[in-house]
Amino acid sequence: MSPVVSAAALPDYREQSRAVADRFRKLRERPVVLSVENLGRQFDSEHGPVTALRDVSFQVHRREFLCVIGPSGCGKSTLIRMVAGLDYPTSGRMLLDGREVSGPGPDRGMVFQGYTLFPWLNVTRNVMFGLEMQGMDRSRAEAEARQWIDLVGLSRFEKAYPAQLSGGMKQRTAIARALAANPRILLMDEPFGALDAQTRAQMQTHLLEIWRNVDVTILFITHDLDEAILLADRILVLKANPGEVAELIEVPVPRPRSLGQVNSPEFLATRRRLDELIHPRREHASAEAEKLPIVRLTQVGDDVE
Amino acid sequence: MPRHQWFAVRQDLPPRRRTLLGVLAFLLPVVVWCIVSYVPFVWHPMIKVENPGAVSWFRVDQLIPRADFETQVARVTAEGGVVPTGERANPIYLPAPHAVCRALYTAFTTAPVLRGDLWLHESLWMSIQTIFWGFLISSAVGVPLGVLCGAYTSVARTTEPFVDFVRYMPAPAFGALMVAVFGIHLEPKIAIIVIGTFFQQVLVVANTVRKAELGLIEAAQTLGAKRRHLLLRVLLPASLPDLYNDLRILLGWAWTYLIVAEVVGVSSGITFFINQQAKYRNFDNVYAAIVIIGVIGLATDQVLAFAGARLFPWRSQRPSRLRTLLVRLFADRYTVLFPDEPETKGNTA
Repeated sequence: MSPVVSAAALPDYREQSRAVADRFRKLRERPVVLSVENLGRQFDSEHGPVTALRDVSFQVHRREFLCVIGPSGCGKSTLIRMVAGLDYPTSGRMLLDGREVSGPGPDRGMVFQGYTLFPWLNVTRNVMFGLEMQGMDRSRAEAEARQWIDLVGLSRFEKAYPAQLSGGMKQRTAIARALAANPRILLMDEPFGALDAQTRAQMQTHLLEIWRNVDVTILFITHDLDEAILLADRILVLKANPGEVAELIEVPVPRPRSLGQVNSPEFLATRRRLDELIHPRREHASAEAEKLPIVRLTQVGDDVE
Repeated sequence: MPRHQWFAVRQDLPPRRRTLLGVLAFLLPVVVWCIVSYVPFVWHPMIKVENPGAVSWFRVDQLIPRADFETQVARVTAEGGVVPTGERANPIYLPAPHAVCRALYTAFTTAPVLRGDLWLHESLWMSIQTIFWGFLISSAVGVPLGVLCGAYTSVARTTEPFVDFVRYMPAPAFGALMVAVFGIHLEPKIAIIVIGTFFQQVLVVANTVRKAELGLIEAAQTLGAKRRHLLLRVLLPASLPDLYNDLRILLGWAWTYLIVAEVVGVSSGITFFINQQAKYRNFDNVYAAIVIIGVIGLATDQVLAFAGARLFPWRSQRPSRLRTLLVRLFADRYTVLFPDEPETKGNTA
């Protein structure tokens, strides 16, 4: 059991150890891969235009792991879909390696929450898809795909169809498929949201392992605060109505990360800060936070707690 | 083992019961038919005359409605003449099962009454050709057009409103027109089947393609797939199993248009056979021909279903018995096929 750290004793989430501060200094020296400038998105609804995102700006450095979190409806999915080119911004622009991008392309790979594997292709053919689209011939693509499948630990399932795989295996295939196309940045839209808690923890460890060993920059959307702290170098916190950047947090938890760190002071401090940002103490409690008006429907003395 | 209920809402049945009920589905109508045919006191509204007796207009084997027969019997009895006899029978349009079974054989072995008429198997072959060409021509245009409609909203908007309009026109209404255009032989009949199938086909195919998961298209785009590849390597294979099932259903529709199509111009094929036999009052042959159409349709559909399971192996939810057996035998090597197992084995990297 780790000692319970009282809230008052927690360090400031901005305090960084020497090693962590060093890492961030080096990180900032790396070239910028993705630069998002004043990005905004308006939707037309029956009641006039609705602003989903307003004036979002941030930069992702090479081989950085950036998480985006925010309350539901803050437009984090819209943001990542715009970066992927599957949705278009109504204002602002995005630069990839300094060049403006619009529309989807293989330079921005994406892993979706719903796996979206091609059900008619087996694992190998799924992973080969991006390579074949880039004009690589079949045998070379297959050899290369095999390496990526090995990397995600699915070599025994090369010939299996997606329907025969478990959720975690599907998502690993999807990651291999996205990485095989050699993207400059890997976009992940709540990729582990549909997995059970145990598989999710496994996948997080697995993803960190891949990220350590592969030259890839990751932009990762999640609504799980612990997941964000565990994975990210920096966390972009959005707030809702309209979606705007609330804060860009440098995570002070040292690397390499493991699940054992969730009770460390740095982790808890960051967690408290995220809680403040995502669930601010409201002056008037909203409906969901209110106590439910439940009438007692059991007999007196028939208590469960 | 939980006890399976016969009437559990939306629950599957164990395989043996499925087979049993499938057999019953055919057996029950036949049993009803047998009861009506062989149990004399069920229905049998006619009397088949055995001995005309004193009634001048009765003939041996003539079918007389029961009421008329009884009036005659009463009249002859009153006059003191020879009383006619007969036994209860069904009307001529309901032959007994054994008669139809016999006809199923004899219809193929009996030479046509008129010289120049076709044998039953020749008539059938003609009908099958009509269906085949009609369906092939319709699909050759209808499926690609439907796929384009499903893929591109602009194509759909310029095509579907008109197709929807024509769809409501009954295909036989074009009969006279088609005869004027194509003459009186097989061509106008094929044209009727094309008209009957094509317009439905375009809409059905377009709808199926539209139901393909949008996420797959998006995933392919982030992997670098462009227009042509999106259509041919993603959208088409994604909807192919459903398209195949659509075509199975549409082929059934094509058969329903066959009979009306074949009376256009010179009557031909199985329809001509049926009409001819009905004219000669050989209703057992008529039933035999109708049963044969049903058997051909069902057989084609089953063959296509069987082929479909092999064409789209990623779809087969329920592996065949043979495959299940093989998997059991080689269980240690085929772990892929047991996705429910804990994932630990795959985590070796």
